[in-house]
Amino acid sequence: MSRPTRRQVLYGSAASLAGVVLAAPVAHAAHADRAVERSADGHGHPAAGGHSGSGHDMPEPEPFDEMYQGRHIAGWPADSGDSPGGQGGHGKRARRLAGPHDGMDFVVRIDNDDLHVMRNADGTWISLVNHYEKFSTPHALARAAVRVLQGADLVPVITG
Amino acid sequence: MAVRKNQANLTATEKRNFVDAVLELKRAGRYDEFISTHNAFIIGDTDDGERTGHRSPSFLPWHRRFLLQFEQALQSITPSVTLPYWDWTVDRSPRSSLWADDFLGGDGRSGDGRVTSGPFAFSGGRWPMNLRVDGRTFLRRSLGTAVRELPTRAEVDRVLAMDVYDAPPWNSASDGFRNNIEGWRGPNLHNRVHVWVGGQMTTGASPNDPVFWLHHCFIDKLWADWQKLHPTSGYLPTGDTPDVVDLHDTMKPWNDVTPADLLDHTKFYTYA
Repeated sequence: MSRPTRRQVLYGSAASLAGVVLAAPVAHAAHADRAVERSADGHGHPAAGGHSGSGHDMPEPEPFDEMYQGRHIAGWPADSGDSPGGQGGHGKRARRLAGPHDGMDFVVRIDNDDLHVMRNADGTWISLVNHYEKFSTPHALARAAVRVLQGADLVPVITG
Repeated sequence: MAVRKNQANLTATEKRNFVDAVLELKRAGRYDEFISTHNAFIIGDTDDGERTGHRSPSFLPWHRRFLLQFEQALQSITPSVTLPYWDWTVDRSPRSSLWADDFLGGDGRSGDGRVTSGPFAFSGGRWPMNLRVDGRTFLRRSLGTAVRELPTRAEVDRVLAMDVYDAPPWNSASDGFRNNIEGWRGPNLHNRVHVWVGGQMTTGASPNDPVFWLHHCFIDKLWADWQKLHPTSGYLPTGDTPDVVDLHDTMKPWNDVTPADLLDHTKFYTYA
């Protein structure tokens, strides 16, 4: 099966229609304190103004690298380099390209293809293939994506 | 005045006109622009950065404007067409007429989830997946698999009873009507329906499944229902809020329309 290159523009017209939202990098660290104080069942109440203060109430998720249902899944903090070990140079480069990882906290790959992920304010995670469903960790999210993909390849999403 | 109807009450001709107009937009290359726009906002909207289409107060007016644009595109093909809505509190079965072959087609088959019947089936050749998050080129569904039950009327009523539109921090962690109907909090209404349908509906490219429009049309109707129940509760926030669309801020990507412009849907259509 031929695989599209990262440069193929899957969402080519998105930039012209919605361009400016794509350009804004996310200073997540500066706003980590917006993760509101909440009880374990997810029904706590946001602090007034949404600033709970500490900025350290969301633990960094663990890196992972495993075979799951025949797929190689891996994930690591986006600021630690281009591979789980941080030494870079393995597979396709992502972080230096304007595109899939802008604003992302964590890199998740399936068979070395990027899966766009996002962290919610409550510390849970969503991905582009399970966008309307929260997962507790990037690892759980990656496994769920493998189940959804049923063997299909991820297609790179180029957004600008 | 355009009247948007419950999909269960459409005549055979109304269903055919809707389906034919959707297929014509696809054939002409106009349909996929809507998928692009939606996905761009899905990726760009973040809880701690700028957010417009999702996880923010403008979730409802943004989608109202998005649906209006799509409805106008349909009407450029067939002027009498309006968006139908899917009341999933009532039509909650994969055997609903919504999924019949004369309308949106059926559930996906086991194994690969491919929709094999109706106007949007891959075999018909009229519904290519040009914009997608994975390599599969056919419309997929897996009705009621990832989550068994659609939201109930009681759950909807619980959310409609909330009297504050939205609240700080104006994102997926907020209290209030908007975040509870979007589904990041509370009984999970809007998000859960995407998951219940499965297939492309669970992805950032969810408008690939035409049911997207019928689902969001019902969300739009519920917003209007909420306004009727809470006539003194307005859109929030009203000003000077970082990263989110205030009442009189213009919304991207249109940049010429504000939430305030969209609060009264009867300027554009009514619900039957």
